[in-house]
Amino acid sequence: MGTFFIIASLVLLAVILLQIGKITEIAGKLRGEEDMQMRSNAFHARLGVVFMVGFLVFVIVSFMYYKNSMLGYGPHTAASEHGVWIDNTFNVTMAVTGIVFFITHILLFWFAYKYRERTGHKATFYPHNNMLEMIWMGIPAVVMTFLVIGGLSVWNRTMADVEDGMVVGEDYIEIEATGLQWQWILRHPGDDGVLGERYYKNITGLNPLGQLWEDERNLDDIHPSELVLPVGTPVRVRIIARDVLHNFYLPHFRVKMDAVPGLPTYFVFTPTTTTEEYRQRLRDYPEWQAPSADDENKQRWETFNYELACAELCGRGHFSMKRIVRIVEPEEYVEWLASQKSYYSTTIQGSEEDTAKGVLSENTNE
Amino acid sequence: MASIDIVREEELHDGHDEHHHDDHHDDHHGDKYQSNFITTYIFCTDHKTIAKQFLITGMFWAIIGALMSLVFRLQLGFPEENMAWLKPILGKWITVTDGIGTLDPEFYYALVTMHGTILVFFVLTAGLSGTFSNLLIPLQIGARDMASGFLNMLSYWFFFLAGAIMFASLFLSTGPFAGGWTAYPPLSALPQAMSGSGAGMTLWSVSLVFFVVSVLLGGMNYITTVLNLRTKGMTMWRLPLTIWAFLVTAILGLLSFPVLVSAIFLLIFDRSLGTSFFLSEIFIQGQALENVGGSPILYQHLFWFLGHPEVYIIIVPAFGIVSEVMSVHARKPIFGYKAMVLSILAIAILAFIVWAHHMFMSGVNPFIANIFVLFTLIIAVPSAVKVFNWIATLWGGNIRFNTAMLFSIGFVSLFISGGLTGIFLGNSAIDIQLHDTYFVVAHFHIVMGIAAFFGMFAGVYHWFPRMYGRFMNETLGKIHFWGTMIGAYAIFWPMHYMGMAGVPRRYYQFDNFDAFSHFTAMNQFITVAAIIVFSLQMLMVINFFYSIFYGKKQTELNPYDANTLEWTAPIHAGHGNWPGAIPHVHRWAYDYSKGGRNIHQTEPLNPGEQDMGNDHH
Repeated sequence: MGTFFIIASLVLLAVILLQIGKITEIAGKLRGEEDMQMRSNAFHARLGVVFMVGFLVFVIVSFMYYKNSMLGYGPHTAASEHGVWIDNTFNVTMAVTGIVFFITHILLFWFAYKYRERTGHKATFYPHNNMLEMIWMGIPAVVMTFLVIGGLSVWNRTMADVEDGMVVGEDYIEIEATGLQWQWILRHPGDDGVLGERYYKNITGLNPLGQLWEDERNLDDIHPSELVLPVGTPVRVRIIARDVLHNFYLPHFRVKMDAVPGLPTYFVFTPTTTTEEYRQRLRDYPEWQAPSADDENKQRWETFNYELACAELCGRGHFSMKRIVRIVEPEEYVEWLASQKSYYSTTIQGSEEDTAKGVLSENTNE
Repeated sequence: MASIDIVREEELHDGHDEHHHDDHHDDHHGDKYQSNFITTYIFCTDHKTIAKQFLITGMFWAIIGALMSLVFRLQLGFPEENMAWLKPILGKWITVTDGIGTLDPEFYYALVTMHGTILVFFVLTAGLSGTFSNLLIPLQIGARDMASGFLNMLSYWFFFLAGAIMFASLFLSTGPFAGGWTAYPPLSALPQAMSGSGAGMTLWSVSLVFFVVSVLLGGMNYITTVLNLRTKGMTMWRLPLTIWAFLVTAILGLLSFPVLVSAIFLLIFDRSLGTSFFLSEIFIQGQALENVGGSPILYQHLFWFLGHPEVYIIIVPAFGIVSEVMSVHARKPIFGYKAMVLSILAIAILAFIVWAHHMFMSGVNPFIANIFVLFTLIIAVPSAVKVFNWIATLWGGNIRFNTAMLFSIGFVSLFISGGLTGIFLGNSAIDIQLHDTYFVVAHFHIVMGIAAFFGMFAGVYHWFPRMYGRFMNETLGKIHFWGTMIGAYAIFWPMHYMGMAGVPRRYYQFDNFDAFSHFTAMNQFITVAAIIVFSLQMLMVINFFYSIFYGKKQTELNPYDANTLEWTAPIHAGHGNWPGAIPHVHRWAYDYSKGGRNIHQTEPLNPGEQDMGNDHH
């Protein structure tokens, strides 16, 4: 019945609108079409200006209202070294495009208003002006040149791999993130600082990454449930997909890279803010002082965590591929690492799939 | 078809001696094959009828696509709400537990995918360029019909076939394809990855192959017609900007769509013949596949080699329509005609060398971004020229505020807003953060979705009398305009903030992440705005069909006092367009308010008068 009423009232509304439309047409004929057209011009030209003012005010107000979404501002400051460069590039672009946006919108609606059709008024025959066109081609060209140079210098610094001569496990940490439907499996290298070999055909229920247990470097690799990293050390993430495309996305760190089956990718970044420091930063903002959804005794900033997400459509569970990311002080990282047990020792050792027995015994013989 | 050609020959010969086409009144223009219902309305070779077929089919798809968006907007705005009331339509895709109906996530993705595919291909390619290229090319260049009316008819029917197949896929028990309109493998290649990647994907690929056939048949025709069938005196530099835009659009389509077909064929091979073009080292559903050595990124290159020109295939016709409508109703020549033509050409050429800007974060070598960022941001230059020239066209005009003109002005606003955000996304450094977030959704919906729709609306309101001999209701048109203008910004502007905060697109719900879950109010607002905007489009549809039968009758041959040729043909022109000889052209299309009056293209130049187009006579 409710549906019927909704449909009936919609039909009624449509009929009313059609009638209004028809009536204005008839009224137009009575009043004289030209007079009607001039009134309509004046009305819609004014409406254009009202719209323009309203729109620009809406833009400014919504900007202020959503200021916490602004890159590089307060609670939305990047937590990585290169993230700050990206935020700056964003803000420079915002300033430039903002100016253009306001000027062009004001001109567009103001000219439309000023040059509305009026009785006795005539248009100016003004087909072109090469000088003017050169100017408004030249200015964007110059501005774009600066944006391209600025953007690419940030891009090339950000996307550079670790430098030659940097030693894994000492100068930087190498970890691995594997995307699969629909979770991330993380792998830390363990004490030796090096990740072991893997092969996709070795994947089993017990061995989700297909690690080769004959490879000694695999034996101390850990599969932590959270992405834990020390602050201030460059991290090289090997990004791997097991089935379809995924995307390794750390919004707070401005890190994003597709995970491609058969083609390992990487992203190198340096976290600059620990989780605790970031929480302290959020503490000052009223919206973060609301009660937390996870723990009602705490405020939102106290339960804040960095997150790892997937940013490439990968099927049904795409929206739920979450891992908590914790950035800690280097000492805490060492402690954490020591407390973790290797995946081999907890799950593989002694099982049917343990092909490493030989390797281990050789080691003990030596 | 043959008879038309012969008639055309005769006219051309006669025409050389005839200076005034009005002298020539005999009624031998009719097509003798066009005598029954089927050949007049269904398998018709008259470009005017084919244009209407494209338009109405496009409207059908626009409504389907928009309804889909409303369903997934309900999910995003009100994820907790009971959706059981949709069960009669969506059936098993609504799961009801404890009386609360929820939308199946996989069907959510199917809706998103179909919305994209339908809107991009069926509405904004076929519905926009198909409609207006067909309607305006012969009428504005002074031709009796397309170079091949038969191929033109086939073009529509291949589009219809493509649509029928896609429509059928909506009813599959495994659901339509759900892996995003870009159909990236391996998700699209492996039926075990997603249920929509089974039969749904098969029908999706077949449908798109037929669609490309349609685009190519149409495109060849448009190009041939524009190059070969222009009436006497219609030099290239005298063409209205609409025709330039359709010509460039057709060339873009002809060069880029075949690449999509190659990608789809390789994908079909991977799906059914066991090849490994796009597959490598995959372990899925407990099984390691044998495929080794393929690259999913290869598909992305092939796809975006079409995909990027495709967005210009969508927006360039709107450029042409808006330029023409604006000039007519501002009563002024379009400012910088040659710059407008050259900027369309520049954008079209650049369209082929910027495709990888969709792939900055896809695992391609970061070095190549250097080239693609450069070319991408260069596009801002011709785009800026266009915007400033449109604004300059308004300056000093005598602007009629009818619906078509309002939509043209609205188009410029949207093109500015959406174009400027392209400068963020085209810059690879910023794209690291914004890639695949709602910022991208906001950007492309404003600049090629809503803006292209505005171009289309401007065209429909403006040329409606040319199609049906009646006018659409202006009052309803203006309500439609203002509502859509405000509503479209209400939907898409807030999405920028979500995107800047990092919220990814294609998320079924945001609750799982603290970082993405604090936009509940905004999502509700957007959903409500979308519903309102949709009902306003229904108002437009009602206005459209009502006006076909009951609209105000067109009484004057040239109601807008426009200079172009389409208004010299009779109001209800038969097949062949002009009953007498085809009018000749003596000047460019934009002598508005020259010396205080409008000078139509058919009026000879006065002695010593300079034509703005190149004059070879």
